[in-house]
Amino acid sequence: MEKTIKIKQVVSDIDVNIYWKPKSKIWFFASVAAVIVALTVSIFVPNVQAVTNLPYQFFLVGFIIVLSVLWVISQSVDSLRKILYQKSQFFFAVGIVLAVWDLLSTKSGFLQIPFFPGPAQIINVIFTEREILLLSTYYSMRLFFVGLISGILLGIITGVLIGWNRQWNYWLFPVIKVTGVIPAVAWIPVAIVIFPDSFSAGVFLIAIASWFSVAFMVSTGISSTPKVYYEVAKTLGAKESFLLFHIAIPNAVPDIFTGISTATGFAFLTLIVSEMVGAKAGLGWYINWAKAWSAYDKVYASIIIMAVAFSIILGLLTIVRNYVLRWKKGIVK
Amino acid sequence: MSKQTEEVLIDVRNVNRIYYDTTGKETIALQNVDLEIRKGELISFIGPSGCGKTTLLRLIAGLDLPQSGSVFMENILIEKPGYERGYVFQQAALFPWKTVEENIAIGLKARNIFKQKKGHIKEYIDMIGLTGFEKAYPHEISGGMAQRVAIARALINKPKVLLLDEPLGALDAFTRIDLQNTIRKIWKDTGTTIALVTHDVDEAIYLSDRIVIMTPRPGKINEIIQVKLGDKRDRNDDEFIILRRRVLEKLELAGAHYTSKLNDPVELSNIRWPGEAI
Repeated sequence: MEKTIKIKQVVSDIDVNIYWKPKSKIWFFASVAAVIVALTVSIFVPNVQAVTNLPYQFFLVGFIIVLSVLWVISQSVDSLRKILYQKSQFFFAVGIVLAVWDLLSTKSGFLQIPFFPGPAQIINVIFTEREILLLSTYYSMRLFFVGLISGILLGIITGVLIGWNRQWNYWLFPVIKVTGVIPAVAWIPVAIVIFPDSFSAGVFLIAIASWFSVAFMVSTGISSTPKVYYEVAKTLGAKESFLLFHIAIPNAVPDIFTGISTATGFAFLTLIVSEMVGAKAGLGWYINWAKAWSAYDKVYASIIIMAVAFSIILGLLTIVRNYVLRWKKGIVK
Repeated sequence: MSKQTEEVLIDVRNVNRIYYDTTGKETIALQNVDLEIRKGELISFIGPSGCGKTTLLRLIAGLDLPQSGSVFMENILIEKPGYERGYVFQQAALFPWKTVEENIAIGLKARNIFKQKKGHIKEYIDMIGLTGFEKAYPHEISGGMAQRVAIARALINKPKVLLLDEPLGALDAFTRIDLQNTIRKIWKDTGTTIALVTHDVDEAIYLSDRIVIMTPRPGKINEIIQVKLGDKRDRNDDEFIILRRRVLEKLELAGAHYTSKLNDPVELSNIRWPGEAI
């Protein structure tokens, strides 16, 4: 009797923390039903606005297929089933929202074109504009990564110098402290004058945006290394360079990742703003261009692309971080 | 000092060490300390907090320098830390980003002899009884295991002296006795000289050849007691109990003020009572 109570306790702890949403199959089937409802609305309710519904309908069918495939796989994979059932309520809501949104816009004209297009319209635009959107995403990502990575490298180098060496700390730290609070986009006028093209200007701006937060966190991490670590290493025969590369820098790695996370956020912002201002390609440019034509469906389309791209980047960053920091308590399940 | 003919490894000569706090108030951590540590012996330092036992160990390690006087190892002045004097801290201070195996290997890496000597790592993991935990990270192992790793990490450099700064202070009674046996075994097997700082009278008697009793404010050596108990030591042996009483009496005479501290719950928790069952 006692045993069963204990086991129940453990299971419910996990449920409370991770899988706290209802796990019954009903919600999963309700979510599939909701997407089918959205599909039915799109097919059978007549259009009021002139919109091509086909890409949207394909999208909904795809959604249903993905859910079904996941369900089939999850019947033999325990962890996937828990996640799927936990997310079911949310998917249900997505289906309902899509159906209602479709009814309010494409099917009734209550939400008016061009400013508030329906889901069918937006997905249609993503489909018809796919080439230019793909190209814009490519240009944006190229600028983003070149800028962010150079900013991170600069940040790590300056951060290490500031955290490790007194002279560098004396001269550089005040500079970082004062310039670090300036939003990088404030440098746009300067960047346009200094750099020959919009790409290098963009790299400069994004690098500046990410540089300071990384440098600041790295220097904090280096200088907060417990003294006893250095003493241990010295009694084991370590030289100065060993203390830096094998003790201080590894100790700062968690802070480096904190800095990179902050830097990534700043870099997203700077990327889009700098593309809106000076660039001739990229998602920021595309939004601006679409706005000029009052093509708000295209604006929403590129916003969706951005959301997806940035989520993927943040997700990858989390994966890398969890792998590198696997030695840290509480990071790996 | 009957064994003057034995070879001296560490020679502490007339050492003074004073600390100043932020208000400029001075604390005499060590005053006119003279001591010889002989090759191969296990010597322990015992005394109440503030008697300078850890300071003395740090001076021997080269982690700290005296204001006057000098510390020699084999007639060479100790000016900075080096791998010939292994040091184990009270908190194991393992590097959390390295596995057990990698922590033990640090000494080899720091001295650029990792490639030649990495075969030895396994030997030391076996010696401390942590086979199977090679790939574990420090947060995954217990305090006692972490301290074992810290000892192996120092030993892999084959130091001439192993300095143990209350390495068992933070451990529970069972783990403590277990590790005491391990330390004694390591000492027997490797023949390394060991200097141990402790506040546990039983531990000092159980492990040492000589016990250095120290007094606080100013920190100095009060007496050095020879432990002539042989290899097999029993904590409930008559001779052991007599020696324990002698050390305790010395500590009281040495200004430990145990009786007056009975009202202080913090001090009380630090006292190891002779009658306590271990």
